[in-house]
Amino acid sequence: MTVEQVEPRTGGKAGRTTATGAGKDIRARRGLLLGRHAAFRRRLFSWAGRSILFLVTAASASAVMFIFFYVVKEAIPFFLQCGVSEFLLSTRWYPSREPPEFGALAIFFGSAMVSLGAALFAVPVGVAAAVCLSDILPFKVRQAIKPAIEILAAIPSVAYGFFALVVFAPLLQEQGGKVLAAATLLLLVPLAILASLAAGGMAAPRLLPGNPRFGRYALTAAFAAAGVGAAWWLSGSLAKIEISSGTNALNVSIILGIMALPTVISVSEDALQAVGRELREASYALGATRAETIIRVVMPAAASGILAAVLMGFMRAIGETMVVWMASGNSAKIPSPFYNYLEPVRTLTATIAGDMGEADHVTGSARYHVLFAMAASLLAISLACNAASEWIARRARRKMAGE
Amino acid sequence: MERERIAVRIGWTSLAGAVLVAAVLSRTSAAEDKKIVVDGSTTVGPIAKAFAEHFMQQNPGVKVTVAESGSGNGAKSLINGTCDVANMSRFMKKEEFKAATERDVFPVAHVVALDGLAVVVHPSNPVKELTRAQVADIYMGKITNWKEVGGPDAKIVVVSRDTNSGTYEAFEDLVMKKQKMAEGVEYVGSNGAVRQRVQTTPGAIGYVGLGFVDETIKALKIDGVEPSKDTVRSGRYPVARPLFMFTNGYPKPGSHVHSFVTLHMTKKGQEMVEAIGFIPVTDYK
Repeated sequence: MTVEQVEPRTGGKAGRTTATGAGKDIRARRGLLLGRHAAFRRRLFSWAGRSILFLVTAASASAVMFIFFYVVKEAIPFFLQCGVSEFLLSTRWYPSREPPEFGALAIFFGSAMVSLGAALFAVPVGVAAAVCLSDILPFKVRQAIKPAIEILAAIPSVAYGFFALVVFAPLLQEQGGKVLAAATLLLLVPLAILASLAAGGMAAPRLLPGNPRFGRYALTAAFAAAGVGAAWWLSGSLAKIEISSGTNALNVSIILGIMALPTVISVSEDALQAVGRELREASYALGATRAETIIRVVMPAAASGILAAVLMGFMRAIGETMVVWMASGNSAKIPSPFYNYLEPVRTLTATIAGDMGEADHVTGSARYHVLFAMAASLLAISLACNAASEWIARRARRKMAGE
Repeated sequence: MERERIAVRIGWTSLAGAVLVAAVLSRTSAAEDKKIVVDGSTTVGPIAKAFAEHFMQQNPGVKVTVAESGSGNGAKSLINGTCDVANMSRFMKKEEFKAATERDVFPVAHVVALDGLAVVVHPSNPVKELTRAQVADIYMGKITNWKEVGGPDAKIVVVSRDTNSGTYEAFEDLVMKKQKMAEGVEYVGSNGAVRQRVQTTPGAIGYVGLGFVDETIKALKIDGVEPSKDTVRSGRYPVARPLFMFTNGYPKPGSHVHSFVTLHMTKKGQEMVEAIGFIPVTDYK
């Protein structure tokens, strides 16, 4: 039985190979001499395939256009009813009152405040991490760390919001001063040491030309002592602060900063990687140290790419909704003094998410259209940021190609 | 020959048309009996939705649709005859009654539940009671420190529901008396979120539906009255209001609409009202 089965199988296999070989030959020959029908069919299919692909692409592009058109169309009735000046200049936000007041200045301010705060946190950390990834860590370590950073981008924003509300806000209320002090130390001390290492190395030949090695150590130590001392003093004064409400601009800024980190890191790392090996090697060949190479050669060359990364991180922060709705406190008020990050703020995105109820839709009132006015403003801001970062990135590419 | 064929075709077509029209007619007439349209307040909406779900399980074939377009729109729909039951978190106004009777609609109110709001603080807060005027002053920003109302020297963190919610509307109605809240008030999106904020913030004050009060937050006496089911039902607790369903006339006993608007009188109805966080009008044990 088994022998009989084996035999035809091998025979069949051999037969099939020859058959397919012959088929290929025939098909290849046919490809050169297509009949009229076959040629027509082929052209028809290729035309159909191309048009389907075009339609799919056009649909996604026109979706963007449609959203833009719809948002602007729904925003216009608000400006016709209530004018522009109250919306942009007043801070009185009482949409549910009779008569309603739609002053959104404080809300614009809140959005700007948390986005700026997020950028202040994400840019130094993100750029330092990008430099470390691209120029300092060995290749294998980098391969392990990059995916870990990208996981940050995969965490859903509601999870960040939940963390901000349930863990971070109470922590800020109970241990506010200590948390602030520890955070400043953790952030500023490494940055101060890094900066003093770089600055010491670079300043020594100029300030103490006699004994470069001694000068480098002495200056580095002096800079580091000054930097760490300043950080220590700052954290000491921050430790005395008491935070009455943990859902405030600071909380949201830090969480948004963490959320913007993956964007900032990966885009600026790409920019640093794009700086050619030749530049680095030329710099080393001229006797520059690694710090000098990074700070004075690589980073200037990648500056526009890094700037684009910063803008993209800023956009990520300004468009984020869930975290700010859950953890910013949502008070439509400019903090006093205006740089006080420990007071609750309200952002454009949170206002749209929070005020968009079924009831408003039915009434179709100014209260409904004002949210579209906000959405249109957000669209305008992110379009401007997008255009700017695109322009910067393109200019950078051209510059790199030219060099 | 040709004419004959056309005639046959016309015959068949008209027959099919007649069958179709009859089918549509019978369907709509059947649907009219077996459909309850509910519209109105977003506060009462959850009760109506729970009732509807239960009702459709008990009476398969009856369709109950619940829309939440606000009390005023509910009244409008009842007057225009576009809904059978209007949910309202306030009583009907004079003009609404006028408009209704002009159209031969006679609104009858069914109180399906009571909505009591508890003013809550952190359990560690020594303050035990406030007057309604003091609560309003806190929300207006006139009182900003707990020591002004007999508490410790700490800033008051004022937490409110978002302006879109029925809870906010009730609070504005019963406590704020149409005065504006301060700009520094924090807004959160749900009763649960208010509780979360208050239980973790020592200086916080907030308000939640009575059903959301638990041991992690402290409910204050208002004008000297403890908030509880009994004080709300007896009308002594001031931050409370009845929730209504309005029908056109008293519905015929035994009809679907009648059993729908009297569902709150049953034990199951009481349980559903309690589960949503309102106070039932009945007290079955």
